[in-house]
Amino acid sequence: MSARMDREKHRPNLPPVYLDGLAVWAPRWPSWSQAQAAFRGEDAAVDPPAKRPAPLLLPPTERRRAPDTVALALEVASQAIDGCGHAAADLPCVFTSAHGDLAINDTMCSTLAESPTLLSPTKFHNSVHNAAAGYWTMGTGCMQTSTAVSAFEHSFAAGLLEALSFCIAEQWPVLLVGYDTQACGALSTVTKSQGLLAVALVLAPQRSAHTRIALDWALGPDFSQRTALRSAAAQSLSGNAMADALPLFEALAQPVGSAGPSAVVDLPLSSHAGLRIHLRP
Amino acid sequence: MTAPHPPPAPMRPLRISAYTATSAVGLGKAALFDALATRRSGLRRNDFGSTPLDTWIGRVGDLEAAALPASLSSWECRNNRLAWLALQADGFLDTVQQARERYGADRVAVVMGTSTSSMGQTEDAYAALDAQGLFPAHTREPKVHTPHSIGAFVQEALRLSGPAVTVATACSSSAKVFAQAERLLRLGLVDAAVVGGVDTLCGSILFGFNALSLVSTQPCRPFDVARNGLSLGEAGGFALLEREPGGLQLWGYGESSDAHHMSTPHPQGLGAERALDEAMARAVVPMDEIDYLNLHGTASQKNDEVEAALVARKYSPHTHASSTKGWAGHTLGAAGILEAVISLWAVESGWMPGTLNTEDLDPLCGPQIRRQDAQTRVRCAVSHSFGFGGNNCVLVFGQGRAVP
Repeated sequence: MSARMDREKHRPNLPPVYLDGLAVWAPRWPSWSQAQAAFRGEDAAVDPPAKRPAPLLLPPTERRRAPDTVALALEVASQAIDGCGHAAADLPCVFTSAHGDLAINDTMCSTLAESPTLLSPTKFHNSVHNAAAGYWTMGTGCMQTSTAVSAFEHSFAAGLLEALSFCIAEQWPVLLVGYDTQACGALSTVTKSQGLLAVALVLAPQRSAHTRIALDWALGPDFSQRTALRSAAAQSLSGNAMADALPLFEALAQPVGSAGPSAVVDLPLSSHAGLRIHLRP
Repeated sequence: MTAPHPPPAPMRPLRISAYTATSAVGLGKAALFDALATRRSGLRRNDFGSTPLDTWIGRVGDLEAAALPASLSSWECRNNRLAWLALQADGFLDTVQQARERYGADRVAVVMGTSTSSMGQTEDAYAALDAQGLFPAHTREPKVHTPHSIGAFVQEALRLSGPAVTVATACSSSAKVFAQAERLLRLGLVDAAVVGGVDTLCGSILFGFNALSLVSTQPCRPFDVARNGLSLGEAGGFALLEREPGGLQLWGYGESSDAHHMSTPHPQGLGAERALDEAMARAVVPMDEIDYLNLHGTASQKNDEVEAALVARKYSPHTHASSTKGWAGHTLGAAGILEAVISLWAVESGWMPGTLNTEDLDPLCGPQIRRQDAQTRVRCAVSHSFGFGGNNCVLVFGQGRAVP
């Protein structure tokens, strides 16, 4: 037996996960029901576009100065939890973002270049990549594990892999939250993220009354070509650094059971590897 | 109080086939263990940047001269330089190459921790903007000015092609990489994982911790009654994990959230305790078999107060506990891996460092927390890592367990 075949033999047959909750937030589609309609090709945009969501989980005094990333993450996490059958405090959580809070990074780098001793302590502690995870666990009293990951243009897929592997390895439901914001200031020279986009999933190891859809999944070198976007709505969001989530949410927006090409989604983790997700009732 | 996570199943030990760390005390394990044995600190007066604060730092000596090789030069920045320097120590590159040949490049994961990754390079660009207010031409690589710079760089430098991710949970980052890699290995998604972390000094962290009044003007004195803050440092370290029997092993880990505050720990240490309980349940080790504990021990007022109380109430009096922050400073996103390396060395050699710079232990400390070094057989070593956002991780190391 060749080494390659020997390795194939050890490739696992992984159990499915079950989707119990989900959310999307973008200025023109600030909830899953609106995004779902838009991803099916319907005209569902809100006009005028929504302003950034208020982070209601935070104390009133902290809401206005909360960073955009925190406001976005808390909004989609709350929407995904709503009606999912799990309490926020019981859910381990995976937060993922390509760039973290770009506005804070721009402000901090500008301050450091001009008058470093004036750096704001609040800006600094809000600049950590796990700030949204920290505020979510504080706001919900969640003492479960929380993490914050990043993988540049593949950050959603990298967060999804951690959420899937946690869910199956620990046999426990998990919350996945992804978000990115608009590049601003001199950072725009190199960072090309546009607008605001956040997404969330609640994944469970067992089917329940709250299950919307089942996801079979696999990791491999053959899944590194991103599934193309079909709706004008999803295409209009593709400049955001969390856009690698969109093919999966576009597929999730289709009526359950409608087979066809949308039922299989490839999410690259890099140019060498990716996740393949099969959706089924 | 929230519902408990179900009791974790006992963990199948993972072999740690290679490990290394580079910090202010020098390149690789030999320099680190020599510094520990001779109580040689790598801390020095802050000389970083053009307007250095009055504090002490753990700075890696020759990074300014350690340019990346031409094939990797598109990744140039201080953080990736330190990663490259650290990867070359202790034969780590060769061990990873053997794993790549044995399993295939796509079957080896890369899970890297950091807090600021290449942020220093972004800061430097802001200090040298061109006439249009844009980054100078020599530093316009998008892949460098983003947190995953470190994970993607290490994957490319090691010529691997499996999953690669950067974990950025502040000061627990490069402890949590062991947990994330364990899940990938347990499910058979990969056959080996390179874990580790790299963090380098930059303006954000020096002036940021200063703004929070958390840095000392003296070398840090963990658990001293007169401690008054931390010394920041930089480090890089790596370990190779495999599902093979024998040798040095990861026995368990625990992860939790404080759900309390962004930059101060839970006053009763409940999050930290939860992570410890989970780690011990996975490792299936009684507390009285922990011979060495590497503390988070930053020398901040609050961390050491809460951690001392946790240790006093949870650990056996015989456990030798110490903070090694006095050697290389608090290396933030690299602290988890640096202190994992020291804990693994304790298991391998029996050498248990004391706590440097500390003169009068805070009366809050139990008998576990030691200033002096000691040598014994170390059956099991534990390492604590606690980060901003209330993010906690505890690791358990041992050796030679049979793998079912």
